[in-house]
Amino acid sequence: MDMHRRSLLAAGSAAAVAPFSRARAQGGTIRLGVLTDMSGPYRDSTGPASLLMTQVAAEEFANRGFTIEVVGADHQNKPDVGANIARQWYDQGMDAIVDVPTSSVALAINQIAREKNKVFLNSGAATSDLTGPQCSPNTVHWTYDTYMLAKGTGNAIVQTGGDSWYFITADYAFGHALQRDTTRFIEAAGGRVVGAARYPFPATTDFSAFVVQAQASRAKVLGMANASGDTLNTIKAAREFGLHRSMKLAALLMSSTDIHGLGLEAGQGLLLTEAFYWDLNDRTRALTQRVRARNQDRPPSQVPAGCYGATLHYLKAVADLGVAAAKADGRATVARMKAMPTDDDAFGPGRIREDGRKIHPVYLFEVKTPAESRGPWDYYKIAATTPAEEAFRPLAEGGCSLVRS
Amino acid sequence: MLEFLETITGVPTPLLFGQILLGLINGAFYAMLSLGLAVIFGLLNIINFTHGAQFMMGAFVAWMLLTWLGLGYWWALILAPLIVGATGVVIERLMISRLYKLDHLYGLLLTFGIGLMIEGFFRNQYGSSGLPYRIPAELSGAWDLGFMFMPVYRGWVVVFSLVVCLATWLVIEKTRLGAYLRAATENAALVQAFGVNVPRMITLTYGAGVALAALAGVLAAPIYSVNPQMGTNLIIVVFAVVVIGGMGSILGSVLTGFGLGVIEGLTKVYWPEASATVIFVIMAIVLLTRPAGLFGRA
Repeated sequence: MDMHRRSLLAAGSAAAVAPFSRARAQGGTIRLGVLTDMSGPYRDSTGPASLLMTQVAAEEFANRGFTIEVVGADHQNKPDVGANIARQWYDQGMDAIVDVPTSSVALAINQIAREKNKVFLNSGAATSDLTGPQCSPNTVHWTYDTYMLAKGTGNAIVQTGGDSWYFITADYAFGHALQRDTTRFIEAAGGRVVGAARYPFPATTDFSAFVVQAQASRAKVLGMANASGDTLNTIKAAREFGLHRSMKLAALLMSSTDIHGLGLEAGQGLLLTEAFYWDLNDRTRALTQRVRARNQDRPPSQVPAGCYGATLHYLKAVADLGVAAAKADGRATVARMKAMPTDDDAFGPGRIREDGRKIHPVYLFEVKTPAESRGPWDYYKIAATTPAEEAFRPLAEGGCSLVRS
Repeated sequence: MLEFLETITGVPTPLLFGQILLGLINGAFYAMLSLGLAVIFGLLNIINFTHGAQFMMGAFVAWMLLTWLGLGYWWALILAPLIVGATGVVIERLMISRLYKLDHLYGLLLTFGIGLMIEGFFRNQYGSSGLPYRIPAELSGAWDLGFMFMPVYRGWVVVFSLVVCLATWLVIEKTRLGAYLRAATENAALVQAFGVNVPRMITLTYGAGVALAALAGVLAAPIYSVNPQMGTNLIIVVFAVVVIGGMGSILGSVLTGFGLGVIEGLTKVYWPEASATVIFVIMAIVLLTRPAGLFGRA
């Protein structure tokens, strides 16, 4: 019953958010499906904003001789629901699926896109396996991954003396990958992991039990291998139980929307890693200016920005390859995307590697104090910048079969 | 005994004490929520699946009172249950009251649907990442218990919910009003024949059950982020608590709430991956051996 009702809802929302039928061009139609979290914990950092930013990319690339349609659906963070929608979409002529936060769902879509020779433009999922053991010639992984987050935040903290860690980890593909990738940096720097608690996702509300265990472990750093609401509740519990006085808090994946929900009072001083922030440079500010009014008066955060960049680059490759050829062969389209340099207002110039990994500079941000902030959404100052070529896992280390050694 | 436990489990005794205490605190939420459910089920025979959404509404109303009207935590503790309880009264009058003659399943589906709509509405208005709500100044800070660091607010939650549970139990078991309620549960037509306005009593009972959920929501607002999903995860567990305690049993749901909070807390130490499942395993065992629940009358 549940399944049926939810799929009806998904179909309904897909119909409701299909605003694109531009003047019929003769070159055919490219169909993009944004499969994302519309109703769960990741809604604010992905969800409607991802759909909007994909639409914006389609609008900016309009009138090149082909039509672009964008629809959206809710995968509810469940791999089975996501896989059903993806199969249905691809079978009905969808050319590319965009976003797909929640690593367990993304790994399922990764397989289906490959099987059906379509395109998968991932922005929202974090597992580095998408460009590692599970890499696919049909997938591009745009915004971030667990290796880059681990290196960005985890390594920065290890370097400042945080050499013993306790992890609170979401018990699914994403949490495991994030803990594993962070552990690599901790151990490489001579530090150690003294313990970890894997909690059931998304069924956990109270983190105090884990916070107290972390405290008892006498580790110097609390590694939060989770995201969104779970991270916020972990930070709140940590502050309540006085953990922040004896341990450093390492929020390994956070986005500006999370800081908005946490408030600067509780969030100040946190270090976090993102690939995009609206106030980075003139181009990111111009992009924000264009979309802010349509995004509930909020600047875009990194995952929706990634949907924008990935979609724009995909459309450039389609125009270059020809619509008919692009629709017929997802693998060839992704190969063309890899062959062309990328450039967009959100991430600037960059490129896509053989393993499907998009590379761009990565920023370590420190959350401002309430006094430093000039107003809503002025949350970050840059603590460090890692150049594109150093920010992600070296090509040879991922174990991707597409990489010729 | 404790040394023995420490030897076989490898978890130091102080940590174990701390976890039992934390389990009791979570149990306080389970107890208050399952109490409301038990009261509603006992009298209305409605399995109130809107309960999680009403818990969430309690937290949101507390946030709204603070943000829009500048009324703090102590006002919210009084006003939020009244406001959310009033919406419960409206829902009961307009919709639920039409289903009393039908099978339980209809009430379950209706309240489930209402709950989804309320959550959807709040998600559209306020997003999913939550809103900040601070611990009131009078209750911030912490005690050092020696074996652990105990936030004052968590202690307050346990004491306050124990008082609320006890008061509810006293009202239902020891007062004339409670006697009417229990009589109406047994035979509504007869009680009505004595001149008691049973439909109004039922409406107010639903409102009171909902108010209990909202009260728990206000208690939760400072420690969990106030977000539309906050009731969803909790409510499934709370239903298991009610089933284990015995549907409709007031005392059963309170004791089971605290007890299962402790069991869940200990599971978080020894086998955290299973902490969401352990309560359902217990539920299955209880249903197989005592289908009416631990405190229910068969």
